Amino acid sequence: MLAFTLRRAIQAIGVMIAVGIIAFSMFRFAGDPVNQMVGMDTSGAERAAIRKSLGLDDPVIVQFGRYIGNAAQFKFGVSYQFRLPVTNLLVERMPATLELAICATIFAMVSGILMGVYSALRRDSWLAHIFQAVSLIGISLPTFLIGVLMIYLFSVTLGWLPSFGRGDVVHIGWWTTGLLTLSGLKALIMPSITLGLFQMTLIMRLVRAEMLEVMRTDYIRFARARGLTTRAIHFGHALRNTMVPVITVAGLQFGSVIAFAIITETVFQWPGMGLLFVQAVQNVDIPIMAAYLMMVSLIFVTINLVVDILYTIVDPRLRSTVSRAH
Amino acid sequence: MTEPVLSVRNLQVEFASRRGTLRAIDGVSFDIAKGEVLGVVGESGAGKSVTGLSVIGLIDPPGRISGGEIRLSGLRIDNLPPEEMRRVRGKRIGMIFQDPLTSLNPLYKVGDQIIETIRTHLNLSETAARRRAIDLLAEVGIPAPDKRIDGYPHEFSGGMRQRVVIALAICAEPELIIADEPTTALDVSVQAQIISLIKRLGRDHGTAVMLVTHDMGVIAETSDRVAVMYAGRVAEIGPVQDVVRNPLHPYAKGLMGAIPTLAGEDKRLVQIPGSMPRLSAIPRGCSFNPRCGSAFDRCRVDRPEPLPRGTQSVACHLYDTAPAESAA
Repeated sequence: MLAFTLRRAIQAIGVMIAVGIIAFSMFRFAGDPVNQMVGMDTSGAERAAIRKSLGLDDPVIVQFGRYIGNAAQFKFGVSYQFRLPVTNLLVERMPATLELAICATIFAMVSGILMGVYSALRRDSWLAHIFQAVSLIGISLPTFLIGVLMIYLFSVTLGWLPSFGRGDVVHIGWWTTGLLTLSGLKALIMPSITLGLFQMTLIMRLVRAEMLEVMRTDYIRFARARGLTTRAIHFGHALRNTMVPVITVAGLQFGSVIAFAIITETVFQWPGMGLLFVQAVQNVDIPIMAAYLMMVSLIFVTINLVVDILYTIVDPRLRSTVSRAH
Repeated sequence: MTEPVLSVRNLQVEFASRRGTLRAIDGVSFDIAKGEVLGVVGESGAGKSVTGLSVIGLIDPPGRISGGEIRLSGLRIDNLPPEEMRRVRGKRIGMIFQDPLTSLNPLYKVGDQIIETIRTHLNLSETAARRRAIDLLAEVGIPAPDKRIDGYPHEFSGGMRQRVVIALAICAEPELIIADEPTTALDVSVQAQIISLIKRLGRDHGTAVMLVTHDMGVIAETSDRVAVMYAGRVAEIGPVQDVVRNPLHPYAKGLMGAIPTLAGEDKRLVQIPGSMPRLSAIPRGCSFNPRCGSAFDRCRVDRPEPLPRGTQSVACHLYDTAPAESAA
């Protein structure tokens, strides 16, 4: 088990170094950074001095090593537009994005699993057909369109919910949260639904398909022959067996939720990392873009690792194969 | 005579399909007494398993019981509401399926599955149920049951898993066990152990056993009586020695002729020509008539009803000496 975790962790580090190469090369593709820092009238000698002080005349491999070394300590340089350390900017924006992503995922998991289970067990009921139709809409409509439609309905027409921003936030150390104020919670509703809708439909369809599959297995038939209650069969035996693929998808989707948050954050002017990234792209702020790339990759890789470990908790068969592999 | 544990009378099971209704079971009747093992034998598709599933009320739609009645110790169970039937399953009727590798939920410890079943049917505390589960595992012959109770199904071999399945089937002391091909998926050496286990449990607890199999050897070793099924009907039923030594129905004769003997006579095994009809094309009259060497005109028109003959009962016109009488 420990060996397995360790091996996966080493693989994760390999992935992060590969991402580091891509992030690092962004600086070189976007032209000479010195040109972007200094004015037109800076002399060649001054430019050379700046280049030397920034270490830009070192061999590429040395520069890359330095970049990775700094990145490992969460130092990503200084933003061109804000003249502030990128790390500070990201940390300041991270709580907003993470809160949004977590709320969206919880919304997607809870409603997706409930709808999926219901539409598998009551396949021919009218509600199950409605769920199927809703899931089709959720899969085919683009996120921003749903966001804009919801703003039109709930903010402009009905005036129930704010159309942009996070509402009032409370500071807890360096973390800012909108979960503790009414306006913060109200501001979370529409962005969370917008962001989570796609995941919800995905999970619902997956749970439905898996449930139907599991309900046909021998051990469910045997569970019925043992006279277990319908409730125990459906939720104790069938649902748990559908959880392995659901955890995989939900876990991996959490990464895309954070990545897709760019669009949702833009629509709702949500002050998170995604909005910061969009502004950085508009202003060719490479350090922010590179750091964002590294952050999102780190989140993906971490989630993958956690999902792998979660499998072994849900499915005992994997525990022994995992330990037998060593 | 006391009331039989299981009494099936004129059972009919139908499956609605696009091409019309198919009758999988057509007028099956039999009894099983306390402590008795009834072997049900026949080719694939003869309706053996469907009979077993209809007794325990687990026929999946589009199948349904369309006629006849099933009584468990006198209580009619074929028309019980689902919730009451659920209480009968596992509590008064235990079932063993063919494939022990897929019968257990892979995600739960075997002990938890046994305890769950015990506590569903008996009013026991967690610790009492656990003690009972360990006793059950010991009874079905699992070594070191107090340790193995915390094992997962994949940590058990096929034969051991079938023992766990049997422990699950008997955990609430049922009156009747339905074993549907309990040894088919197992090695021959393990088969014998499982068979003797089922036999011993039936004897020790006075449980009636309905043993569904296509293996005549298993039936001959285990059963007290045997029912030979063909195309959804009982062709012949009687004490196992009588049916094996002196089969009456031409189909039963064919089946017994197909058993190799260990005596070493160099006799060619008898083969029954043709194959069983599809449910959608069951011939008129006796369903066996196209394959039967002794068929005569009446077999192609009239459906034979079971007739008592000595200890046996046989559905064949050959034994109908007084045609006028049996018309009823």
